[in-house]
Amino acid sequence: MIFEHFPILIPISLLLGAMVSAPVGIWKRKLTYPIALLASSVALFFSAIGLVYVLNTGTHHYYLGNWIPPIGIEYVVDSLSAFVVLIVNGIGFFVMIYSHKSLEREMPGKEVPFHTVALLFLAGLSGMVVTGDLFNLYVFLEISSLSAYALVSVGQKRAPVAAFRYLMLGTIGASFYLLGIGFLYLDTGSLNMLDNAKIIPLLSEKGLVLVSLTLIIVGIGLKMAMFPLHLWLPDAYTYAPSVGSAYLAPIATKVSAYVMIRILFAVFNPEFVSKYYNFTDVIAWLSAVGILWGSIMAIAQNDYKRMLAYSSISQIGYIGLGIGLANPLGFIGAVLHILNHALMKATLFLVNGNIFYRFGTTSIPMFDEKLRKKLPYTTAAFTIAALSMIGIPPTAGFFSKWYLVLASVDKNNWIFVIVIGLSSLLNLIYFFRIIEKLYITKKSDITTNEDVRMNEVPISMLVPTLWFSILVIVLGIFNAYIVDYILKLAIPSGMI
Amino acid sequence: MTDYFIGHVAYYFIILLLIIGLWGMLFKRNLLKKLIGMNILQSSIILFYVVSASKYNATVPVLNPKLKVIEPSQYINPLPHTLMLTAIVVSVATTGVALALLIVIYKRFNTLDENELLEKMK
Repeated sequence: MIFEHFPILIPISLLLGAMVSAPVGIWKRKLTYPIALLASSVALFFSAIGLVYVLNTGTHHYYLGNWIPPIGIEYVVDSLSAFVVLIVNGIGFFVMIYSHKSLEREMPGKEVPFHTVALLFLAGLSGMVVTGDLFNLYVFLEISSLSAYALVSVGQKRAPVAAFRYLMLGTIGASFYLLGIGFLYLDTGSLNMLDNAKIIPLLSEKGLVLVSLTLIIVGIGLKMAMFPLHLWLPDAYTYAPSVGSAYLAPIATKVSAYVMIRILFAVFNPEFVSKYYNFTDVIAWLSAVGILWGSIMAIAQNDYKRMLAYSSISQIGYIGLGIGLANPLGFIGAVLHILNHALMKATLFLVNGNIFYRFGTTSIPMFDEKLRKKLPYTTAAFTIAALSMIGIPPTAGFFSKWYLVLASVDKNNWIFVIVIGLSSLLNLIYFFRIIEKLYITKKSDITTNEDVRMNEVPISMLVPTLWFSILVIVLGIFNAYIVDYILKLAIPSGMI
Repeated sequence: MTDYFIGHVAYYFIILLLIIGLWGMLFKRNLLKKLIGMNILQSSIILFYVVSASKYNATVPVLNPKLKVIEPSQYINPLPHTLMLTAIVVSVATTGVALALLIVIYKRFNTLDENELLEKMK
């Protein structure tokens, strides 16, 4: 059956799409978009098949070319990676539908390279999620990073500078990761994740492994924009084209967070990183500082997109906090927040794209009654996502925060509870000032009907925006099913 | 003592290279020099892998009677070296992307100096 090969088919279909779409695009530019959409939908289809397959039959080990690991490369899809790869391709597919009209406006004539690079980006991220080999992960990490630099660099005037800075820091991160797995390989003699997990507890001398773990955490931390290593993020997200940041913000940093979970809890075990050596405490405290710092900086911003970038840092902090708590509730909170934040940020960045499409700017002072009357559906989507970011109960954002609060209480760490509460208040401040401008403040200079006539964005842009905002509510209501049927299966063994 | 020194001297130079590379990336003003620092950093890591798998009086792991191998420890582990082929490709690709970015930056702002760039971007 072809479905057994789904772990490799996900990245392969995207890579193949990238390979075909570039030469075909040079021949006939209009064909690129359908090819990219087809490749992305095939990847989404196989991701969905993968999740169903894994939930029915358990963890799926796929040996590339039938070489048995640790000699060969192994792809491992368990319920966690099937879940994350579905998020990656789900977001990627709908943003790709969205990107067509937005690109026509923002960079006419450059659709061919942009779609190709976007496919490579998704392929890199999917590969990072499904692979079970440490060096293979490095290669996919670099594929996704290099295409991310390209996605950033085609934006506004300052974008290349932001992209160059991102490239410098991203390369330091990847190099540290490579050095880390070098140390790990010298000590254990294996690059396979599961093989390493078996060998590490048997080592009598732990020094080399600790150095390697530190290097890997710093490297992946840079990629995931963990608090003191986030400096590349605000500029990169702000100056990227609106579709570029809609690709980057929801999934790029989340996949790195997933890699962090994998390394800490699957390659090393939870006891090793939280009991014997306190790596997770460091991550948790740094993330707690990052949560507050990101929220405070977001309040100070005058531009909607830059505000979202800073709020991303604070939301990454939530995921880091869940990882750092290293108990089952914290794990559920972190992984659920990967999903929720991907949906919320996708909605908010697509709203940003919609507003940019109609008005050519996204500075916060111009959000007013006129904008709401011109773009009523976009505004509604924004409001739902904003409420979810704050954490109002029926929306998805509430539930992941709830699990994180429960996890902190479970650890008797009340400071983290206060941090989460405080950050929700700060979220309330920076989103409510926009909601107030849109819905409550009356505008006096509306004179003609022309000022307030509905003028929504094209349907192919509106539908993805609304779809994500509906999902924010639906998945919020049904989050208990996700937790019970998917995430509880994924809790790493040995986590108490 | 001398044995230890001879066995480890390469690693000290690699650490030195790594620090030079990082220093160049973080503290040099000129973006092109930052890029050179990045290349030095990547080379140091490639050398680290290569050195870690090199051995005196050992040969390639090929079953060939002409090589006169008596015991398995006389074979070199080829895996780190092959991994580095991939890493070199990645490093070349990264350099290519970075150079392309630098060309665009120079065309837009007419400078590669970080301070002047910050001045011009205000």
